[in-house]
Amino acid sequence: MRLASPRLDWEIAKRGYRRYAAYPAATWAGAFTNTVFGFMQAYILLAVYRHRTNVGGYDAADAVTYVWLAQAMIMTVYMFGWRELALRIKDGSIAVDLARPLDPQRYWLAFDLGRAPYHFLYRGVPPFIVGALVFDLRTPSPLDLAVFPVSIALAVVVSLGFRFLYNSAAFWLVDYRGVVTLAIVVSLFFSGMVLPIAFFPDWLRVVAHALPFASMLQVPIDVYLGKHDGFALPGVLALQAVWALALLGLGRLALNAGRRKLVIQGG
Amino acid sequence: MIEVEALTKRFVVREGRFRRTRRTVEAVAGISFRVERGELLGYLGPNGAGKSTTVKMLTGILVPTSGHVRVAGLEPSRQRIQLARRIGAMFGQRVQLWWDLPLLDSFELLRHIYRVPAERYRASLARFREVLELDPFLSTPVRQLSLGQRIRGELTAAMLHEPELLFLDEPTIGLDVVAKQRVREFLADANRERGVTVLLTTHDLGDIERLCSRLLVIDHGRLIWDGGIDDLRARYGGERTLIVDLEEPAPPLAVDGARVERVDGPRQWLRFRGSAAELTARVAARARLVDLQVAEPDIEEIVRRIYSEAWRC
Amino acid sequence: MADALLLYRRLIAAQVRSQLQYRASFALDIAGTTLITFIDFLAILVIFHNVPSLGSWSVHEVAFLYATSCIAFAFTDLVIGHLDEFPQLIRQGSFDVLLVRPRGTLFQVIASDLALRRLGKALQGAVVLAYALGGLDVSWTAGRVAMLALMIPAGAIVYGSVWVAGACIAFWTTEGGEVTNAFTYGGNFLTQYPIDIYGRWARRLLAYVVPMAFVAYFPALYVLDKPDPLGLPRVLQFLSPLVAVVAAALAGLIWRAAVRRYRSAGG
Repeated sequence: MRLASPRLDWEIAKRGYRRYAAYPAATWAGAFTNTVFGFMQAYILLAVYRHRTNVGGYDAADAVTYVWLAQAMIMTVYMFGWRELALRIKDGSIAVDLARPLDPQRYWLAFDLGRAPYHFLYRGVPPFIVGALVFDLRTPSPLDLAVFPVSIALAVVVSLGFRFLYNSAAFWLVDYRGVVTLAIVVSLFFSGMVLPIAFFPDWLRVVAHALPFASMLQVPIDVYLGKHDGFALPGVLALQAVWALALLGLGRLALNAGRRKLVIQGG
Repeated sequence: MIEVEALTKRFVVREGRFRRTRRTVEAVAGISFRVERGELLGYLGPNGAGKSTTVKMLTGILVPTSGHVRVAGLEPSRQRIQLARRIGAMFGQRVQLWWDLPLLDSFELLRHIYRVPAERYRASLARFREVLELDPFLSTPVRQLSLGQRIRGELTAAMLHEPELLFLDEPTIGLDVVAKQRVREFLADANRERGVTVLLTTHDLGDIERLCSRLLVIDHGRLIWDGGIDDLRARYGGERTLIVDLEEPAPPLAVDGARVERVDGPRQWLRFRGSAAELTARVAARARLVDLQVAEPDIEEIVRRIYSEAWRC
Repeated sequence: MADALLLYRRLIAAQVRSQLQYRASFALDIAGTTLITFIDFLAILVIFHNVPSLGSWSVHEVAFLYATSCIAFAFTDLVIGHLDEFPQLIRQGSFDVLLVRPRGTLFQVIASDLALRRLGKALQGAVVLAYALGGLDVSWTAGRVAMLALMIPAGAIVYGSVWVAGACIAFWTTEGGEVTNAFTYGGNFLTQYPIDIYGRWARRLLAYVVPMAFVAYFPALYVLDKPDPLGLPRVLQFLSPLVAVVAAALAGLIWRAAVRRYRSAGG
């Protein structure tokens, strides 16, 4: 019998929010770092635009806006590596989690959806405001601005699905660090965090669009930048949703396989 | 060995949401005492009384706000490194061993840090290995040691370089009865055989009773007791308790020179001063006794009384 | 001094031994680090796929900046990268343990670890350096060879000074760790690109306050015999070693002052 209720999800989400809200100094320090990196990236991309006016459909204003949106989203979708599940698997607490009538994946999803707003508001918005004051950023259309939060929420789910999946490697690998690092590296690059996917050479862009990582970062950014018109807008949201479900589904399979392994081995 | 005079330490504490209000806290308020070489004394006080602040000033970790302090003839805050060579410290809840390395590796590293000559190190280590029975876990990484094993390792680490003065902070915390006994014996030996001066900060009154001849009690930054344990008992431990088991339950006995503290069925607890024999006679005259015991005041009660009296002062 | 070096060797030997214990895991670690750090250069390649030059710098020239900066950073990261965990040390009260030992505190903190896997970044940097020099036509003189040899240790010392100074923040607040990251990792990211692409005040900051420009930019101008796009005095190109010494001295003073404050304010 599994406990599942929106009320419970809400309580868990609140916990997720509070967990990070408890360290305001760390959040401000992080926002500072995001701001510094934002400036550097902005200048690098602007240097590119001294030679061209358009790269892959992005003009200078798009590129600079992209930089500050990316900095805002880094912590929101928790790009730099999440190991909590892996740690719990390693120290055995997962056995307790699995014995409870609360589904671990649902728990972490709710927790993360509570955490994301905090990071977006306090680590994302301040650097973005700084960037907006110094640079000329693109203003989104009202529709794009309204859809943007939906896209972010989906991005968080896609990201959580992916993080849950690579964390479950800990069920089978003694030293899961390598897998985690690889996962972070690949997702960082192909999410468009390092450079906008629009900058990639054509063949690399094809690869990027075939992978789920773009849905974690590039897609919401492109929504804001108005790169998706008409039916493409719900289409790209649907893409995020599909990836979210796929990754969560795979994570589920991994969890069940992991649970079977624990039962056999005695945990 | 230790000379402390009018030692004071004030901290500025910033409080409030944006840290706007400032408040000065006097953690140590002008204490004075002397410790001679070879003493083994206990340092006692409620949490937040100023114990660890005092020890930090004695070891050179903290710089005093005012006052005079000399340890082994050196000024701790100015001559930290010189002093460090001659003292050993163990903070019961903080690990000073290298977490991922085998215990022996930690000892080797400390040997080099303290520049202990090879021969002396070997002899010293051999002694600790024997007395504290370290051999079974000498090559185990510190993170895998049990608490008792780790404490023994930490004690060794603190004493490998043969310091003249030892500062121990809660060395027996969390240990089982047998382990506590072993550590206490070890410390008593070190003090007795090799004249190591020991300042033992502890909440454990068992440590105090079994090890210390002298006790310093600090509360709210002030020294409220500096003297021997027996004096302490005599001064504050005046009352004893006569526990009588009557034949049947009775209302509290009214007896001269005693007051009933507690009644539980046929058993009554009477507090009294003076002769237990006389009181027993008087009680027997009033009621039929089945059995009786005399209880000495324990240190905890005494200390509690000191704290509460200090409060009233 | 010799005694200190000997002690240093002994202290890290124990750490190194435990790292090398599992050969396969270690090899994977280094390979992983090499790959991850390569992402930064991949970004540069992608940028140059879109434009012929960045500022006035060709791909090989930027690769030279990138490589020298990376190798210097890798060595610093190797020796004092664990300073990132310094706030934790303070939080746990373990710094007091260092104060009771008859050695300097900074020495003890630095000597507490040596993460060999960070050499992966140097490896990657060396490969990129070969690529850079292969594509450049450097007229090698004794001076230029000397500068190339000097700029890397000098750069490493500048990074190290920034790292140590940044770590001192932990004496005030243990949650400010990310601010240090902005300067250390941010500094590294910054120096991979030519300084002339950044805004005016950013450049001033980099040359005269946090002297990152002396890590790669100025020495590179000399080695590559490139006229300074910023038109700054030529003498700056030779100052790296001096800047390194001054930076190290300043960092040492800042550390001393910070420890002094910790010891009077109660930590």
